[in-house]
Amino acid sequence: MKELMLGNKAFARGLYEAGCTIVSSYPGTPSTEVTEEAAKYDEIYAEWAPNEKVAMEVALGASIAGARSFCGMKHVGLNVAADPLYTASYTGVNGGMVIAVADDPGMHSSQNEQDSRHHAIASKILMLEPSDSTECKEFTKSAFELSERFDTPVIIRLSTRVAHSQSAVELCERKAKDLKPYEKNPAKYVMMPGNAIRRHPVIEQRMKEIAEYSENCPFNTVDDNGAKIGVITSGICYEYTKEAMGNSVNILKLGIVNPMPTELIKSFAEKYDKVYVIEELDDVIETHCKKIGVDVIGKELFGWCGEISQNMVAEKLLSVMPQFDTFDETVPVRPPVMCAGCPHRGLFYCLKKLGLTVSGDIGCYTLGATAPLQAMDSTICMGASVSALHGFNKALGEKAEKKSVAVIGDSTFMHSGMTGLVNIAYNSTNSTVIILDNSITGMTGHQQNPTTGKNLKGDPAYAVDLEALCHAVGIQSVRVVDPYHMAETERVIKEELEKKEPSVVISRRPCALLKYVKHNPPLKVDESKCVGCKQCLKIGCPALSIHNGKCVIDHTQCVGCGICKEMCKLGAISE
Amino acid sequence: METKSIMIVGVGGQGTLLASRLLGSVLLSQGFDVKVSEVHGMSQRGGSVVTYVKYGDKVYSPIVDKGEADVIISFERLEAARYLPYLKKGGKIITSTQKIDPMPVITGAASYPEDILKKIEDKGVSVTAVDALELAEQAGTSKASNVVLMGVVSKLTDFDIDAWHKAIVECVPPKFLELNKKAFELGRQAVKD
Repeated sequence: MKELMLGNKAFARGLYEAGCTIVSSYPGTPSTEVTEEAAKYDEIYAEWAPNEKVAMEVALGASIAGARSFCGMKHVGLNVAADPLYTASYTGVNGGMVIAVADDPGMHSSQNEQDSRHHAIASKILMLEPSDSTECKEFTKSAFELSERFDTPVIIRLSTRVAHSQSAVELCERKAKDLKPYEKNPAKYVMMPGNAIRRHPVIEQRMKEIAEYSENCPFNTVDDNGAKIGVITSGICYEYTKEAMGNSVNILKLGIVNPMPTELIKSFAEKYDKVYVIEELDDVIETHCKKIGVDVIGKELFGWCGEISQNMVAEKLLSVMPQFDTFDETVPVRPPVMCAGCPHRGLFYCLKKLGLTVSGDIGCYTLGATAPLQAMDSTICMGASVSALHGFNKALGEKAEKKSVAVIGDSTFMHSGMTGLVNIAYNSTNSTVIILDNSITGMTGHQQNPTTGKNLKGDPAYAVDLEALCHAVGIQSVRVVDPYHMAETERVIKEELEKKEPSVVISRRPCALLKYVKHNPPLKVDESKCVGCKQCLKIGCPALSIHNGKCVIDHTQCVGCGICKEMCKLGAISE
Repeated sequence: METKSIMIVGVGGQGTLLASRLLGSVLLSQGFDVKVSEVHGMSQRGGSVVTYVKYGDKVYSPIVDKGEADVIISFERLEAARYLPYLKKGGKIITSTQKIDPMPVITGAASYPEDILKKIEDKGVSVTAVDALELAEQAGTSKASNVVLMGVVSKLTDFDIDAWHKAIVECVPPKFLELNKKAFELGRQAVKD
């Protein structure tokens, strides 16, 4: 029976059918659902690790023990896990080990547009790239076979459009795998110089063997339509090419994107006057082709930035432009905003009001950078708010310490903010770090984390005590505020900024979208009191607007958080 | 059969994902090859959101590009205007009349265009407009406007009605089943025969 499945769900089905038993990941759009779906199978142990490095080490440990294991992450997560990745290449595996990395061309939900294929090349690891949900499942199953056959972890590269598209998938039975016997083998698993020196040539030989395999394997396929133009492509770009060009081109589709074949590409390319390479982001296939002496046209047509589409392929190859109507007036943009009742709103209003320099981080609260709050000065990567604030304050001294804060969510703090806080205490700046504890990993769609008291399967788990943790690393001044009470929040932040010691303010209030959070009835506007001064609009709540000179509260959105009531000096907003 | 393209557009939080899943499920049951594409994450937070549903004998690209949509189902007026360039010449728009001010309008940095649907119709585009929010509230909750709109779509297309009912049972939590069935019926009734 066929079922419509997200690429990520099909990937998880592949893990199940392949007999994978250990999954450890950190959430990140667009990779999250692979692990969420895997957790629904009783046969699979699945967990959220505090970060991607931990997740990959868990997966490698399970592989060394003899289990088929998996870890998943988004592209930038692979940077965090790069340390174990590059050495996992040297140790190889015992049970098969598969890694999912989800790139985000077009940056739908990311801070950069990096191309993960570079990590596969640099770490000398086999990388597969599926183009639809069926391939997500089948490639995953094959990846375990390849992992065990070539003694290597295998990376499967997803992209937003593959991960988050549903297509029909045929389900198969699970083939349970016995654990492979664990045998102590320091020469393979203890990567100190004496052993690693001997492993490196093994890895080079392995890459040669995989390259030979890639010359004639089921993953690299040719669509021969008897056409006169050749296209070399992979992943989602294969689908765009088929849609735009139909049978008017012959296509070499690369399912293995590292290492790439040589003879297969040469013998394909020699039949055509023109060969195009269609790939998103960097010129990885193009560079390989040119290196082996095959002349191709790629980035000069398609560029390095953003997504490709079927229209773009038709435009570049056929000079066909789409026909369409447009709306004649300017359509106002609709950027994402903090939800009505979001606990971050009150906090960010305080930061704006105090005119602080805000070192930001990755999560829903990055929206604090947008109008009208605009209370964020930098956002770099997971955890950087805390460490960058320390650097900022070291550079500018006491004056900056009194006017700057870092903001970081509970999950991001556990991921990699803690180490920055240790640094603040150890190397002493009088920095003020605000932990936005909304009791969940919000932006990626409500995943549990080590502070929430539940694990991935929803069972009770130990909850990290943030206050005790901050004390333990050397922060004496730790205060907790409720961001729904803005005056109190503002007062506490001011006091902590004045102190000649590092401090942490925990802004604690669960995400308004959590199912267990009880909402108040929508607030009402007393039109006789409202003068349309727009003071309430300064908090950027999507439930508020002005119509006919009076404030209007959208009852379908308002959860009665009361922030606007605190803003209104005329008492026009009430329960 | 040539591939058909449907876009479902709206504001993050309006339930466009459920609508696309319902539609995808119906189409699959009719024996089509189907692809449904969604964007998660950042864009869900009250931003402009879009999902694509494509079906035919064999579907390749999961996305709908400019000038390709046979139908645009819009959960909000302004979003119908925003995605108009994606409509194929001769395509249809099915929209809720709901109006949600985007943040630049709330802050006064931009204004919400007047008479959007009339201006779209003036371009020769077929527009079916329904007050889905009002009907959803009649059914019991404003959250069901997605299912109201699917009721409208079911009336304007000729897929088997049983397939729709089956899809609703599959995609909606049992607790809200009756409510959503009612929302679906109200959507169907809103279309004049």
